[in-house]
Amino acid sequence: MDALLSPSLGTMVWASIAFIIVLIILRRAAWGPILKGLKEREESIAESLNEAEKARQDIADLKSDNEKLLQEARVERDNILKEARELKDSMIADAKNQAKEEAEKMVNSAREAIETEKAAALADLKEHVAMLSLEIAEKVVRQSLSSDDSQKALVDKLLQETDLN
Amino acid sequence: MNLHKISSFFQVLILVAAAMFMAPSVLASGSGEGHGDDHAEKAEFQAGEYIIHHIADSHSIHLFGDHAEGIPEVSIPLPVILWTDNGLKMFMSSAFHHDDQGIERVDIGDGQYVVNYHDKILYANAEADAHGSYAPIDHDTHPVIGAQPFDLSITKSVFGMLMIMLIMILVFRSVGKAYTKRAGQAPTGLQNALEPLILFIRDEVAIPSLGAKKADRFLPFLLTVFFFIWMCNLLGLVPFLGGFNITGTLGVTLVLAAFVFIITTINGNKHYWGHILWPPGVPLPIKFILIPIEFVGILLKPTVLMIRLTANISAGHIDILAFVSLVVIFGQTSTGLGFGVGVGAVAFMVFMFFLELLVAFLQAYVFTLLAALYFGDATQEAHH
Repeated sequence: MDALLSPSLGTMVWASIAFIIVLIILRRAAWGPILKGLKEREESIAESLNEAEKARQDIADLKSDNEKLLQEARVERDNILKEARELKDSMIADAKNQAKEEAEKMVNSAREAIETEKAAALADLKEHVAMLSLEIAEKVVRQSLSSDDSQKALVDKLLQETDLN
Repeated sequence: MNLHKISSFFQVLILVAAAMFMAPSVLASGSGEGHGDDHAEKAEFQAGEYIIHHIADSHSIHLFGDHAEGIPEVSIPLPVILWTDNGLKMFMSSAFHHDDQGIERVDIGDGQYVVNYHDKILYANAEADAHGSYAPIDHDTHPVIGAQPFDLSITKSVFGMLMIMLIMILVFRSVGKAYTKRAGQAPTGLQNALEPLILFIRDEVAIPSLGAKKADRFLPFLLTVFFFIWMCNLLGLVPFLGGFNITGTLGVTLVLAAFVFIITTINGNKHYWGHILWPPGVPLPIKFILIPIEFVGILLKPTVLMIRLTANISAGHIDILAFVSLVVIFGQTSTGLGFGVGVGAVAFMVFMFFLELLVAFLQAYVFTLLAALYFGDATQEAHH
């Protein structure tokens, strides 16, 4: 009983000395490196996780950038196509107009040429009529010499023959 | 005769019941023992004595046999170191030839003799008394007479303690090396086994009690204390090793508690001492009541640490030994009854061993946690 309840001084001396020595040795050789190692590992893990999160964010950003770029490209393409279509339409319209103008010009010049030809033909015809008149007159004059009636008949006949157009 | 056996049985029952409630068990077993002494015959098995003998510190590691009963005793002798009037004397405890009644005298030179009386090393009397004992004691009242040598022996508990410390240094040095050698890599082997415990002490004990910043300062002490207590507790549960009861030895737990007290006192800041010397927020007359209470408190805290650990670990040993005693007591009545009770007792002992494994960890944890809380208390900054 006594041995249980009264602490032995010798045991206390040994316990104190041994405990201090163990504490000093373990502090230097064990707890220091262990706690430092644990902390470093935890920090590196936390850092890695942060980096992974950042990389994920970066990739997400990149993805959204790509999406935006793609969207822009699509809009650009649509614009280009629209412009091209407009250009085509305008070119066709231009060509049509030009062709129309050209055609009008050609018709006009043809009409002018026709007018000129007509005038020339009329002048020619007039000359012909004059020549014919002269010839008729000549023939009339020649027939008048035979009879009056025949002369008159001749003139009519000749006039009828001569188509004035 | 039968009545005495029944009375012994009740003693053991009381012991078990008391041990279940941990702390009071030491006292209960003591009073039971004294009561049994007067009535029981000499040869009869004394459960109380047997149990106390096994959990008390000793100058040798007793393995088996019993010298007093005439059964050849096998024990590992340990060095006895004495600071006497004539300087330091040293011899092996085997010189006492297993005697602890003061009968065997050991010559330590200069005409001085010492005897082993109930594991106390005392100067021998010149003449033997009626029992053949040279122990300088008064047989009526049992006090030791005269100046005695200062016993610096490597006792069973000291030996066990040194063994555990050696193991701790070897184990944790290699673990520490693993952290420097394989920095930043996943832990392996021993490192892997101990890391959860180290992290447990750091993250569940030190940081919640002290805060992350101050935890680093106290962690080496807390880790050392935790692993020391835990491993000592476990060593005490190893059978056939002489039943070490290191953390049930007051000398050891007192030193541990003293370290807690010293560290708390040294690290106590203005806030801590302010609360003790001039408790704030109470009327003046109350202050004069509180100050002595606070002063008792700073000593009481480590004392409670010491008693809790000692009593819990001793109680566990008492429990298991009580079941062993049950078998012996019934075995003395009849061999058949002894075997019959033995079956039940062994079942209970197995249960107790598992419980003690838990208690071994729990008590180490509780001691460390409370030490951390006291440190936290002492270093807490004013926040109100």
